[in-house]
Amino acid sequence: MSSKVGTDIAINGDGAVALAWKQINPDVVAAYPITPQTIIVEDFSKYVANGEVDTEFIDVESEHSALTLCSTSSSAGARTFTATASQGLAYMWEMLPITAAMRVPVMMAVANRTVSGPININNDHGDVMSARDTGWLSIFAENVQEAYDMSIIGPRIAEHHEVQLPILVNLDGFILTHAIERMTPLDTQHVRDFVGEFKPLYPLLDTDHPVTHNLMDGPLFYFPHKYQMVVAMNKALDVAREVFAEFAKISGREYHMVEEYRCDDADYIAIVLGSSFGTMKQAVDNLRDEGMKVGVAMPRVYRPWPADEIAALCKGKKAVIVMDRHLSIGAYGPMFPEVCASIAVNGKMPEMYNFIYGLGGADTMVSDFMSVYKTVEAGKANTINYLGVKE
Amino acid sequence: MSAPLTLKELNKDIPDRLASGHRLCAGCAEGIIARQILMGTDKDVIVSCSTGCFEVSTTIFPYTSWNVPMIHTAFGNGAAGCAGVETAYRSLKRQGKIDKDIKFVNFAGDGATYDIGLQALSGAMERGHDMLFVCLNNEAYMNTGIQSSSATAKGASTTTSWNGAVAYGKKEASKDVTAIMVAHNIPYVAQVAPHNWKDLVGKARKAFECGGPSFINALSPCPRGWRFDSKDTISISKLAVETCVWPLFEVVDGEYALSSESQRIADGKVEKKPITDWIDAQGRFKHLKDERWSNIVEEIQADVDKRWNKLLKLCSL
Ligand SMILES: Cc1ncc(C[n+]2csc(CCOP(=O)(O)OP(=O)(O)O)c2C)c(N)n1
Ligand code: SF4
Repeated sequence: MSSKVGTDIAINGDGAVALAWKQINPDVVAAYPITPQTIIVEDFSKYVANGEVDTEFIDVESEHSALTLCSTSSSAGARTFTATASQGLAYMWEMLPITAAMRVPVMMAVANRTVSGPININNDHGDVMSARDTGWLSIFAENVQEAYDMSIIGPRIAEHHEVQLPILVNLDGFILTHAIERMTPLDTQHVRDFVGEFKPLYPLLDTDHPVTHNLMDGPLFYFPHKYQMVVAMNKALDVAREVFAEFAKISGREYHMVEEYRCDDADYIAIVLGSSFGTMKQAVDNLRDEGMKVGVAMPRVYRPWPADEIAALCKGKKAVIVMDRHLSIGAYGPMFPEVCASIAVNGKMPEMYNFIYGLGGADTMVSDFMSVYKTVEAGKANTINYLGVKE
Repeated sequence: MSAPLTLKELNKDIPDRLASGHRLCAGCAEGIIARQILMGTDKDVIVSCSTGCFEVSTTIFPYTSWNVPMIHTAFGNGAAGCAGVETAYRSLKRQGKIDKDIKFVNFAGDGATYDIGLQALSGAMERGHDMLFVCLNNEAYMNTGIQSSSATAKGASTTTSWNGAVAYGKKEASKDVTAIMVAHNIPYVAQVAPHNWKDLVGKARKAFECGGPSFINALSPCPRGWRFDSKDTISISKLAVETCVWPLFEVVDGEYALSSESQRIADGKVEKKPITDWIDAQGRFKHLKDERWSNIVEEIQADVDKRWNKLLKLCSL
């Protein structure tokens, strides 16, 4: 196994994604600058300039065109990547459901950042959560290593012929994109062998077999076509599990649909996405030292939503706390109803609490996360709570 | 494809790329123009479309009117969509994964060209994608029911620029997107109209073969939106050129040149018809016959003259 693993390097999250892209060597990359994603395409365009990749790199005039170009390039038969954040993802929004409905496995790294207004460049999950109902696969990284690993795993899930859906690879803005961490890359040949050749199903460039892509549907066909995407998403659950297992073999790093930390015997568990998982693990350790039976989990794959794993995880717990780094103003955090629903359809409800935290990059420390569990244990939590905001 | 164009040649050699089974209105010029454009190359061609009458009428699932690969994504991004396919082609070709010679064309309405799609079009032209962008210019948003666009002529009544007690229809003259495309310094830009197939197919050939981005602005008479009889599409198209409302010309590497009837008018061999001929032929201008708006008709004539004289200068420079 060790022969397949390179020497450790120090790198930031954006650089790690760019490195993964370099090793994969996609056919087309199109992108538009936006903080905190910019380093990905800056680094990658250096690889292009130095002839280290075969990629056709296109500096487009907007994110709308970036994703359009990616979707049609992928339809044409080229492995195609892009990256964005925040306003960029919002500007692409029209093309998100279209790209998914086209069933093209475009990969997009999202350096998660809040959306205006007010303008704020820091991390929360407002951008990706606004994209969650569009038919894209969506996976999260906890740290720089995972940002790299998920960039290699992502295309494998997306390009599977029974899946054929685009994928969002999420890494928290600044917390991961700009933080330099120690990381163990794979060697390029192993990355290439793992990811393999892109085998498009009905490439437009096959002019001997002309096809019409993205036609107009009447009511008779629109719903069935959407249902086909549901089937593909369901299939992606199995495919993701298989791909994680395969990746473990070449890297020694094991990933799961839902990552768990000290949840087995816990009375109180929290569910959180992205880099906060790491911070919460520390909070859990501290509280365990104090004798509290707490745990934390992270849905690695957010779409397809791993409902069964979530239900199993929450079974028999005293309380489940859902940590949302975004809010649907006038309702809950986006993940809270999903967790509630997953448990409700499978059995008895524990106490359920929703904590909204860290919007617009607001710092959330280990001690803040410790207070979450303590508030719940003391019976002082509301159904919905705004961490660090005076109510 | 350098031999001179004859009807016989067009009938025989070029396969039908757009089948006759489409759902455009009777008398719609868009299908006529697209078929003529696609006769402009005998290489494999991939078509991309912006949302609009032409796209929805040719791609209603589970049918397609297309005998060549065709892709549509959305309304304002036809140029980016076409550019994506062309980029994939360039990448795969450079890597030796494909060895065909393929041409790329995007069809877009005037709304998708002049308004919402202008940014993507400008970006694609500036980046130099080897593709042809064709504007099917019916001078309004027809697919959504005849709303005014920035290509709509002054004085035209549309469903968002009605004529009424105090209004004569659209207040502004159309913007000159052909000139904006020339300003991109691309190798080939032209204006065409569907009644003149020889001029149109000849220009399409040049556009496909210019070795870079090209733009063709095609006047596309619309019986529904312009309010004329379906049988009159071709005569209306001709009238647009004869009145100099829609001059036929091309700009090759920045050099302007008139063609066909427009050249003959410039040479004084044929007389330029008055704007009233154009206005009288279409229901969208009917209200302008009212005495109240005679000054507007004069303004329209003055604007046509001004643009025509400017074009004559550009062509003789
Ligand atoms: C972002 C967006 N806004 C509005 C529409 C609605 N829409 C679809 S086609 C169309 C009009 C198309 O007009 P034009 O480009 O002039 O083409 P035509 O139908 O006249 O040939 C509009 C407004 C849309 N599809 N997408
Ligand atoms: S409305 Fe006009 S442009 Fe649209 S299909 Fe009918 S005739 Fe053609």
